[in-house]
Amino acid sequence: MPLSTLALLASFTNQVSASPKLALLAVEFPYWATTLFKLLMAFIAVLIPAGGTVYLYLFKMVSFMQSRLGPMEAGPYGSLQLMAEVGKFAQKEDIFPARADRFVFAAAPYVVLVSTFLLVLVIPFGPDAAFANFDVGVFLALAVSSLSVIGILMAGWASASKYSLLGGLRAAGQLIAYELPLVLAVVGVVIQAGSLNLQRIVQAQVEGEIFGWGALGNPFFLTQIIGFFIFLVAVQAELAQVPFDMPVAESELVSGYMTEYSGFRFLLFFIAEFATANIFAFLASVLFLGGWSLPPFVTDIFGIDSYSNAMNVIGPIVMATKMLLLTFVIYWVRFTYPRFREDQLQRFAWKFLIPLALFNIALTGFFKVAL
Amino acid sequence: MTAAILAQEALSRTESGVVNGFFAVLAIVAIVSALKMVTSSNVVHAALYLLVVLSAVAGVYVILGAEFVAATQVLVYLGAIMVLLLFGVMLTRAKIGTDTDLDNEQRWIGALVGAGMLAVMTYSLWEGFGDDKLPDTMVPQPTQAVSDSIFGTYLVPFEALSLLLLAALIGAVVVARRD
Repeated sequence: MPLSTLALLASFTNQVSASPKLALLAVEFPYWATTLFKLLMAFIAVLIPAGGTVYLYLFKMVSFMQSRLGPMEAGPYGSLQLMAEVGKFAQKEDIFPARADRFVFAAAPYVVLVSTFLLVLVIPFGPDAAFANFDVGVFLALAVSSLSVIGILMAGWASASKYSLLGGLRAAGQLIAYELPLVLAVVGVVIQAGSLNLQRIVQAQVEGEIFGWGALGNPFFLTQIIGFFIFLVAVQAELAQVPFDMPVAESELVSGYMTEYSGFRFLLFFIAEFATANIFAFLASVLFLGGWSLPPFVTDIFGIDSYSNAMNVIGPIVMATKMLLLTFVIYWVRFTYPRFREDQLQRFAWKFLIPLALFNIALTGFFKVAL
Repeated sequence: MTAAILAQEALSRTESGVVNGFFAVLAIVAIVSALKMVTSSNVVHAALYLLVVLSAVAGVYVILGAEFVAATQVLVYLGAIMVLLLFGVMLTRAKIGTDTDLDNEQRWIGALVGAGMLAVMTYSLWEGFGDDKLPDTMVPQPTQAVSDSIFGTYLVPFEALSLLLLAALIGAVVVARRD
């Protein structure tokens, strides 16, 4: 047993060190420098997509869907509207409700944001362009994604308001219910790829073949179409986006757990909401759309090796494209469907999505053994 | 958690000074929060301090290279059990401010039990490991090794535990439903 473990370890470390780690630069940076660089990149990976989503989808797409133009005054086509909004929020008064628990109230938005930043740490953007290459990547991602509900509960409780508390409790019930289909939908992918490591999952999709035909690789949204559907629905619910927006239902709860927040702290909730949507889209594209890789027939035409250094530059662009595509689907659904009722939401999760996910796991297991 | 992930990066470069520093931070955070949790005069505050303790422990797991255990700790304890606990507390007695009835005469017995547990665990760790040192370079335990031991060596205890949990679950439903 120890011997086999050692051999496994050796093969694992070999594979890690075999990748060309900053081979172009040929400089070993000190620990603090890489950490600082990664911190900077994490801020970029969280904030830029969030801003882009708000402008493209929340300002423009919804306006076009409703036959209006949306913001047009600030900058060309209103593209600087976002800066104006951030400036507006930043200068607002920071109000605490009179009976609020001040420390918990102040800390809650940061807890939600920390969950977002922990989530981005596991996403790979290229063969080496990853913050940390975890062996349990996808498992860790699902684990830290459930931390945001703690911040939401803190916000709901500390506001000392009925609407906030009800919103917080609804959010907790909803997130617990939809955590399960989310995890179970991923199990199919993990079985097919044979690994929890997100880089390995990408690798399995690049090198996979569909019945001996490898020009597309094997992006799992083709073979795991049920899992992909369940994942997207569960993500919509985890994000409390519209068909599942009971925690912040305007017509019933004012704004749910965010009711008492104003100014900068509200902005933090707002950023966390959109950034988390983007990062879930990143995660879905890694799991189901082949992540940072290009389909093999494209890399063959241009003569790029799928694991070469060039992919560290192309990969983030590919990821951004796939992310925008999936975020588009999220907001398309958000602006199209009416809200569920609370009991419909729970019934949908427990009586439809979870059995379907279990069926998908059984089916995947059957084909994994049979083929 | 974040601190632990940074520490893990340092670990893969064998900078043990950085790792020790991160361990010290996590340990201090865990101890202080544990003390605050017991002495807090508000149930929700106590639950939130417990949350900090559990996440610091998850960080220590990451430093030790047990990524799978750390992720499980976050998913099960932070994401599920603590959320359920907060949910229950907030539904039933979510008072803001100080509670007067959180302390009672049994606190000395509680302290005694705690000290006893500490003594037993210290003794057993001392006996079991003594002067053993952790290796300088620690590679994260591959998940495959964890699953091999769960579904190989420890298969029977694992299955027995799952049955026990299922029995507890059904028991809870039977006790809660009185129709």
